[in-house]
Amino acid sequence: MSEMESKYAELRQIIEAHKDWPGALMPVLQGAQELFGCVPEDVQKIIAEGLGVTLAEVYGVATFYAQFSLQPKGEYVISVCLGTACYVKGSQAVLDKLSEELGIPVGTTTPDGKFTLQATRCLGACGLAPVMTVNSDVYGRMTPDQVHDVIVKYRPEA
Amino acid sequence: MDIYRAHVLVCGGTGCSSSGSATLIERFNEQIAAHGLDKEVKVIRTGCFGLCEAGPVVIVYPDGTFYSHVKAEDVDEIVSEHLLKGRKVEHLVYVEHATHEQNAEKKLDDINFYKHQHRIALRNCGVIDPENIDEYLAMDGYKALEKALTTMTREEVIDEVLKSGLRGRGGGGFPTGLKWKFTYQSQADQKYVACNADEGDPGAFMDRSILEGDPHAIIEAMAIAGYAIGASQGYIYVRAEYPIAVKRLSIAIDQAREYGLLGENIFETGFNFDLNIRLGAGAFVCGEETALMHSIEGKRGEPTARPPFPAVKGLFEKPTMLNNVETYANVAQIILHGADWYAAMGTEKSKGTKVFALGGKINNTGLVEIEMGTPLRKIIYDIGGGCPNGKKFKAVQTGGPSGGCLPESLLDTPVDYDNLIAAGSMMGSGGMIVMDEDNCMVDIARFYLDFIVDESCGKCAPCRIGTKRMKEILDRIVEGKGEEGDIEKLEALAETIKATALCGLGNTAPNPVLSTLKFFRDEYEAHIYEKRCPAHHCRSLLQFKIDPAKCKGCTACARACPADAITGTVKQPHVIDVKKCLKCGSCMEKCRFGAISRE
Repeated sequence: MSEMESKYAELRQIIEAHKDWPGALMPVLQGAQELFGCVPEDVQKIIAEGLGVTLAEVYGVATFYAQFSLQPKGEYVISVCLGTACYVKGSQAVLDKLSEELGIPVGTTTPDGKFTLQATRCLGACGLAPVMTVNSDVYGRMTPDQVHDVIVKYRPEA
Repeated sequence: MDIYRAHVLVCGGTGCSSSGSATLIERFNEQIAAHGLDKEVKVIRTGCFGLCEAGPVVIVYPDGTFYSHVKAEDVDEIVSEHLLKGRKVEHLVYVEHATHEQNAEKKLDDINFYKHQHRIALRNCGVIDPENIDEYLAMDGYKALEKALTTMTREEVIDEVLKSGLRGRGGGGFPTGLKWKFTYQSQADQKYVACNADEGDPGAFMDRSILEGDPHAIIEAMAIAGYAIGASQGYIYVRAEYPIAVKRLSIAIDQAREYGLLGENIFETGFNFDLNIRLGAGAFVCGEETALMHSIEGKRGEPTARPPFPAVKGLFEKPTMLNNVETYANVAQIILHGADWYAAMGTEKSKGTKVFALGGKINNTGLVEIEMGTPLRKIIYDIGGGCPNGKKFKAVQTGGPSGGCLPESLLDTPVDYDNLIAAGSMMGSGGMIVMDEDNCMVDIARFYLDFIVDESCGKCAPCRIGTKRMKEILDRIVEGKGEEGDIEKLEALAETIKATALCGLGNTAPNPVLSTLKFFRDEYEAHIYEKRCPAHHCRSLLQFKIDPAKCKGCTACARACPADAITGTVKQPHVIDVKKCLKCGSCMEKCRFGAISRE
């Protein structure tokens, strides 16, 4: 079985496990997002068939919530907190510097698929403001000067 | 049960975990074992201590020594000195901010940050291991549930909550007991209890800390609520962005089931109750109660008009009672100690305590729980230690995107629901962000509008389109393109949105603009009419200048300038070409003579 086929099989198991839950669509989409890294149209179709709902309904929910993306994200997702506590302490400057350093606008992925840069609302680590995360690594009390050193950790050649 | 002579409490909240507290715990365990102390000393990972600024924090009991900013390499010294030889490691002890005092004998309650606090909702946070139900039980856990189920009627439970004066801590401030009563009165074959843990206000992390530090308190309260209103099923809707909270809540639910505190025939009274977790998926609007319930139903999280209220028709069309995390965190204590005990605290119409997440330009960032009626000044200066780096306080923002910014002149306002609204802000869920002289209030208003535009669900036109128009005006103002009449347009839009948006989020969305216009109108006017940002924050309005008297002609600024806007010969004063200047500030950073200023 190819990697994709085994992922589809896993998706069907997720659907099977949740299908009798009230409000199953959300947990199933969350499972799919984690499994595929995104929920493209073919995945949405499988979910619609599996749960017996329309594709329009699946698409409607998938596009409503920020957690679900229709395109795959980069290997490393960089999130800069733009919550109030981080914002008043200058996180916008950190985000701008990252955008400049990576050469991509906020909300997009580098052409090599390595980094996705996004702004996020309050990670809840206000004591460490300004905060950014790279996947699950947390960097607190960030300044624009430190941005380069953080990126190099994930892309040594940069 | 094993008896230990000392306990090492390490904060495992999100803040301290982010700065490496998990490594500390490993290192403590290694070192304690290496010294053969593992039968004498126990290491416990607790929930949030509250003083995030000092993280990672460690407390050693029975002495109560409070160590702050602990690094992995400090652990060896604490073990070999304090735990082995009984000598406190003075240089790692917390330093009091205001006095620079470093006193190893000071207990937690003697420290400024803690001594003005009154902890009810946070009583177990930083005290017990949240992943161990036995520790919760040892702190009178589930006693209130037992008391309610075995000695009180459903009506008596509701009466007690009603009499306590507890109001919704999510921000609305609706009397909790009334909500319980209305849901109790609804007739249906199935009712639900739900918990709103979709803490979306930026800069607020009270609910997360309670879930991380004391998850059983929420489970117990929801079971009590289930008994009172006649529900056998509950849902907790948590942000997916809170992985530690979700994990600890899941562990706690499993443990409660194992102990028979959830499930069937609880305390052999015939009462059945179980709980499930549902994860949010990153939509701010889901903090609104009708939107939250649609999300649990697996739909788009769009609000619907009320009535019908959830107490009549809520989740899956059944009567539903939805409370916020912090509200629930008070319930067991009210049942245990009685409504009179609770109602003795606070002000006339706001009883008990409130948790605030102090953040922004403040020395002691963290979580504080104060009695209602405490003046803002006391929270910001006595507990929070004021603004860092000697900067001047400008405003405090409460209530998140629905709230407002209050100036210095209102700092003596005693904090309660009604006072904050009268002052032009609101209680909100408890975010309290301090701003200093470097923060531009027009930019802060623009920041909140940006948030609302991003998070508006799009269902109603006033919120979807109106807030966008407001943001466009604010964007222009901070870019120096403000026009005569902009302030009036903002005000007109704000009033219309307030009056016509579908849900609470839309109704309150213009508040950050209205409150800054009320208290900081001069800043708006300076941007629009004088093309000047008084806080020197808005880049488009800045002008960099070199003082020829101070410039030594070292050329550092000219080399730093990315736009080649600085010219001059060596050892002669340099000049900035304002047309070429990008206003990046690199020159100012590089100048060693303080010759460059911005206006």
